[in-house]
Amino acid sequence: MDSFLSLFAEYDVPGAFWVNIQLTFWAAIWSFLLGAILALMRISPIASLQWFGAAYVNIFRNTPLTVIIAFGILGLWGQLNVILAEDFDLNFLRLAIMGLSIYHAAFVCEAIRSGVNTVPLGQAEAARAIGLSFLPAARLIIFPQALRGAVAPLGNVLIALTKNSTVAFAGSVVESSNLMKEMIEFRGDLVIPIFLIFAMGFVIIVVPVGLLTTWLSKKLAVSR
Amino acid sequence: MRKTRYAAAAMAAAAALTLAACGGGDDGGEAGGEASGEAGGDTVRIGIKFDQPGLGFDEGGEYTGFDVDVAKYVAAELGFEEDAIEWVEAPSANRENLLSTGEVDMIFATYSITDERKETVDFAGPYFVAGQDLLVRADDEEITGPESLTDKNLCSVAGSTSAARINEEFGAEANLVEQPGYAECVSLMGGGQIDAVTTDDIILAGLAAQEANAGQFKVVGNPFSEENYGVGLPKGSEDCEAINEAITKMIEEGAWEEAITANTEGADYTFNAELNPPTPDECA
Repeated sequence: MDSFLSLFAEYDVPGAFWVNIQLTFWAAIWSFLLGAILALMRISPIASLQWFGAAYVNIFRNTPLTVIIAFGILGLWGQLNVILAEDFDLNFLRLAIMGLSIYHAAFVCEAIRSGVNTVPLGQAEAARAIGLSFLPAARLIIFPQALRGAVAPLGNVLIALTKNSTVAFAGSVVESSNLMKEMIEFRGDLVIPIFLIFAMGFVIIVVPVGLLTTWLSKKLAVSR
Repeated sequence: MRKTRYAAAAMAAAAALTLAACGGGDDGGEAGGEASGEAGGDTVRIGIKFDQPGLGFDEGGEYTGFDVDVAKYVAAELGFEEDAIEWVEAPSANRENLLSTGEVDMIFATYSITDERKETVDFAGPYFVAGQDLLVRADDEEITGPESLTDKNLCSVAGSTSAARINEEFGAEANLVEQPGYAECVSLMGGGQIDAVTTDDIILAGLAAQEANAGQFKVVGNPFSEENYGVGLPKGSEDCEAINEAITKMIEEGAWEEAITANTEGADYTFNAELNPPTPDECA
C-alpha cells in the first residue's frame, strides 16, 4: 500500500488526467460544431452537399485515429510547418484537438442523423407547408427535436472521445498514457497497481458522463 | 436470402478456422517453454528489441544488432546453437513481465540495471555502459552538449524522462517533443523541425548508421549519464555466473569490440572508452 501511495507522490497523476479532460472538452465542442454542419449537409436537398457529407463521414470514420494524429505532427507540423500557437507545447495540444475533432465529427454527424430519423416526416412537411425553406425548417423544427433524440448516441461519442484522447500521446501531448508508460518504465515492479490507477481514473471520468447523458436523454426526450 | 445464408456460413467457418489457428500457435509456444524450463533443454528464449537498429532489429526475420550479437555469443557459451535460440520481442514496458511470467529466459534489450528493477528481476553483466547523448544534423556545429540546447527543439520517446532530464539537470530551456518511437524523431529531424534527438549514445549511433540516414546525422559524443546495460534474468536465476563468464570471455577475445564496430558503422561513433568495456558485477 505504501508503494502504491508513493506512486502518487512521485508522479503527477491528476495533472496528466487534466490534460485528457482539456483535450476532451475542446475536441467535444469543435467536433459537435463540425458534426452538426455535416449532418445538415447530409440531410440537405442539395446533392453535392449530401455527397460531401457522406464522403467526409466515410473517409474519417474509417481512418484510424492514430494515423490522423500522427499526420498532424509528422505531416502538418513536421513537413508543412503548420503552427497553430506561438507557444511550443500549446501548438501540439491544438494540433491534437484538431485531429480529435476531425475524427469525432464523423461520429457526431451520424449520431445527429440518427436523431433526425426520430423526427416524424410530418414535422418536415408541416414546416414546408407554413412556408419555411430548408435552413429555417432545419433550425427551428428539425434540429431541436433531432438533438433531443440524439442525446444518448452523442453521449456515447463523448465517452469514446474521452478515452480516445489518450491517442494524443502520438502527437507529442503529454497526457495520462504518457505518464503510464513512464511509470511502467521506471516502476516495473508495480505494473498492476499502475494499470489499475489509470483504468480507475478513466472510470471516474466516464461514469458521470454516462449517468448524465442517460438522465438528459430521458428528460429531454420528445414524448410522442 | 439463400445467398446471404451461405455467405454467413462461410464467414463463420472462416472465423472458426482463424481462431483455431491461434489456438494451435499458443499450444506450440507453451510446449517449447516447458522444454526449456525443465530440462535446461533444447531451446532458449531471448527477449530483444525488434525496432532498434544497431541494437535489436527485425529485418524480415533476420535479427541484427549489438544486443543480438552479445546474446548469440552468450547463448553459444551456455551451449545453445544459433538455431536453438527463439527470439521474442521485449518492448521496454514489458520486460519485467516477460521475465516474471517465464515467457523468456533472458533479456538483452538496452536494459539498464537499476535498484527498482532489481526488486523484481535479476541482472547479469553489465555488458555495455551507455550514456545519454545527442543526435544532431551532420552539419550542426552549434549543439555541443545539453547546455547548448536552449530554445532548440529536442525529441525523445514518450514515457522516457531523458528529455525532461536535460531541462531539469542542465538548466537548458529546450522545447520538448515526444514521439512514439525514435524513427518518428529522426523523420522530424530530417524535415528540419527538430534540432536534436536524445537517448543513450549507442541507440543514437544505431539510428545514424541506418542505411536511409547514413551521413545525415552525427552523435555529439559528449555523454552525460551512465546506463549499465545488463542481461535481465528471472528472479533467482542460476545462470548469472555463467553469463558473466561468457561476457568476460567475449570482451577478452575481441568479439565484443568487433560487434560494436560492425553495428555502428557509418555513424562516426566511438564508444566511451573510459567506462567500456565494463567488468561484470558480482552475481547476487
